[in-house]
Amino acid sequence: MNDSVSQMIQQVPLNHYIWLSAALFVIGVLGVLYRRNAIVIFMCIELMLNAVNLLMVAFSAWHGTAAGQVFVFFVMAVAAAEVAVGLAILIVIYHNTGSTDINVLNKLKW
Amino acid sequence: MVMDVIVGLVPLAPLAGFLLIGLLNKQLRTWLAGLIACGSVLVSFLLSAALFIAMGDDQPSFTYTAFEWIAAGDFAVSFSFLVDPLSIIMMLIITGVGFLIHVYSTGYMHGDEGYNRFFAYLNLFIFFMLLLVMGSNYLLMFVGWEGVGLCSYLLIGFWFKNTEYNNAAKKAFIMNRIGDVGLILGVIMIFLHFGSLSYPEVFAQAAELNAGTGFITTITLLLFVGAVGKSAQIPLYTWLPDAMAGPTPVSALIHAATMVTAGIYMIARNNILYTLAPATLDVVAVIGVATALFAATIAIAQNDIKKVLAYSTVSQLGLMFLALGVGAYTTGIFHMTTHAFFKALLFLGAGSVIHAMSGDQDIRNMGGLRSYLPITFATFLIATLAIAGLPPFAGFFSKDEILAHTFASSPILWGVGFLASLLTAFYMFRLFFLTFAGTSRASESVRSHLHESPSSMTFPLIVLAVMSAIGGFIGIPAVFGGGHALNNFLAPVFAGSAALAQPHHINHSTELILMGVVVGLTLIVIYFAYNQYVKKASIPAPESAQRSGFEDLVYNKYYVDELYDKVVTRPLEFLSRALDTLVERLMIDQVVNSAGRVVTWGGKTLRLLQTGNTGFYVFAMVISIIILFVVKTFI
Repeated sequence: MNDSVSQMIQQVPLNHYIWLSAALFVIGVLGVLYRRNAIVIFMCIELMLNAVNLLMVAFSAWHGTAAGQVFVFFVMAVAAAEVAVGLAILIVIYHNTGSTDINVLNKLKW
Repeated sequence: MVMDVIVGLVPLAPLAGFLLIGLLNKQLRTWLAGLIACGSVLVSFLLSAALFIAMGDDQPSFTYTAFEWIAAGDFAVSFSFLVDPLSIIMMLIITGVGFLIHVYSTGYMHGDEGYNRFFAYLNLFIFFMLLLVMGSNYLLMFVGWEGVGLCSYLLIGFWFKNTEYNNAAKKAFIMNRIGDVGLILGVIMIFLHFGSLSYPEVFAQAAELNAGTGFITTITLLLFVGAVGKSAQIPLYTWLPDAMAGPTPVSALIHAATMVTAGIYMIARNNILYTLAPATLDVVAVIGVATALFAATIAIAQNDIKKVLAYSTVSQLGLMFLALGVGAYTTGIFHMTTHAFFKALLFLGAGSVIHAMSGDQDIRNMGGLRSYLPITFATFLIATLAIAGLPPFAGFFSKDEILAHTFASSPILWGVGFLASLLTAFYMFRLFFLTFAGTSRASESVRSHLHESPSSMTFPLIVLAVMSAIGGFIGIPAVFGGGHALNNFLAPVFAGSAALAQPHHINHSTELILMGVVVGLTLIVIYFAYNQYVKKASIPAPESAQRSGFEDLVYNKYYVDELYDKVVTRPLEFLSRALDTLVERLMIDQVVNSAGRVVTWGGKTLRLLQTGNTGFYVFAMVISIIILFVVKTFI
């Protein structure tokens, strides 16, 4: 049973993975550009990170080496840390402005 | 080993004195500073005297290398001292006369707020002067040469609150600098041609060259330019009279006895090079005798006691150069030695007079000081007799020797030198009579303060007076049955030159006739001065008086300062101003300011991009990444 699943996955061509992750990445970018809610922007960033992760795992399997998968673990660890910090900042912003709309934060200049 | 220590200590003592007084300037009591200054020079003098005694016939020179100074490839210069008859004589003069002047200064500078600073400078001067004469290579001599120039500058401008004094100091420094350029070029040429800068090596190589070679002439002429600057000869002499702005002991030490004779020392040291360049020797003789006459005529009409002495120094230095120019190196050194005694004495005596006159230096306001300043009067008289060249005082022997050698080489030069020496007798006795004879012309308030100077000032006067009286006996000529001790003593230094060319000699009867003529005419000139300024009691005309023709020319020093001002200073100033407006303000300033303006404008413009809108930042980032991606992939 397990064999058949992994065999099925290996039959998926590399092209499909590339297109999927490209699509996910573009969705993430557009989300960051168009949405105003900081939490949604955050989620879009996660989406971009995961698009890259998916690509790396796919290539790792295609090359038959483990390096790509190791990278993915690093990316996930860093992403988790980044989320922790980012959400903390968001909470502080919400406390101060009563909103998570990024257009409120237009003072980020000298 | 013992010699090494002694030689090293000679210049080290004044340096230590300078450091001690200079660093503890504010903390040191004045009497202690004076004691340290005098003591350090006395130590130097005693050590020099010990070296002089220790120097036997078997060992005419001694070199002590302290350390390797510069070593770069083929170029090696060591920090070493050469003690030979020539440098020993210089050391004895510098430290001996220097010590007396230090003692004198403790009295003269009493109560001055810069007392400690003054002694620090004096000690530093002694150190550099010793370095100049003791250095065993050209570079070390050059260090001393520049060092004494610096000290001269510092001491002329000692009372720096007076702008005129500062200008005099700057003038001295700049005119010396012109000469120094010649000197350093000469040293560089020596290195290029001989591959070494140490005296023994250069002289050994030079002894094998032919006379009159082009490059030797160039080298000697360049070195002579340095001597002209330092020893105040035509055309660079105008700084010395102005240098009288410094305190009087400084004039005595630096501008009469020691520093200005550095040029004489330098040429005497390089005697072999000069002997190989007869053309240069002619230049030296002509410039020397011209300066002697020129300065002597100016001195006749001056009314400032120190200015008269300053021009007299210029004139006497000219005579020394004349002696060197006719190849009589020993005679030049001889006159330098006696001149150090009587000219230092004259300056110190003048200082004593100025001290008594509450700072007034105008001889028209003096007169009748004989009864008020008996010691100064007596010592000043001895010095005046010595400089006038009357036997048996020191100046007689040395000046007569110069004239005798000159006569043997060229009667025309002799005539001019003879005239200068007669003028010397006239202006010195004019000065002497106007100052000491007759009745006092001082104002009532000055006259009530007239007093003899303290013993710290009269003691050096007396010692120098004794030296001025008997100093000539170190060089009694053969015509009087003397052995000329100085000649024999200095013989090793000039042995190389003597082997190439002997100075001309005249037979004894001619020499005696010349002496008789000179002394006789000098006495007549003195009588003339006596008649004019004592019997007729005529006083030089005041500043505002109308003067005609030659008198006006001489009184205004031939307008040389004005000429230099028009020919050199003004055009240079004009050039500076033109460069300032054209190059500095229109070009360099514009370029620099434009650079600033561009940056400011750029900053102002780019600032608009920073809107503070996070969305815009992110958008800009994404767009930039896409552009980079496109550029990287497709172009």
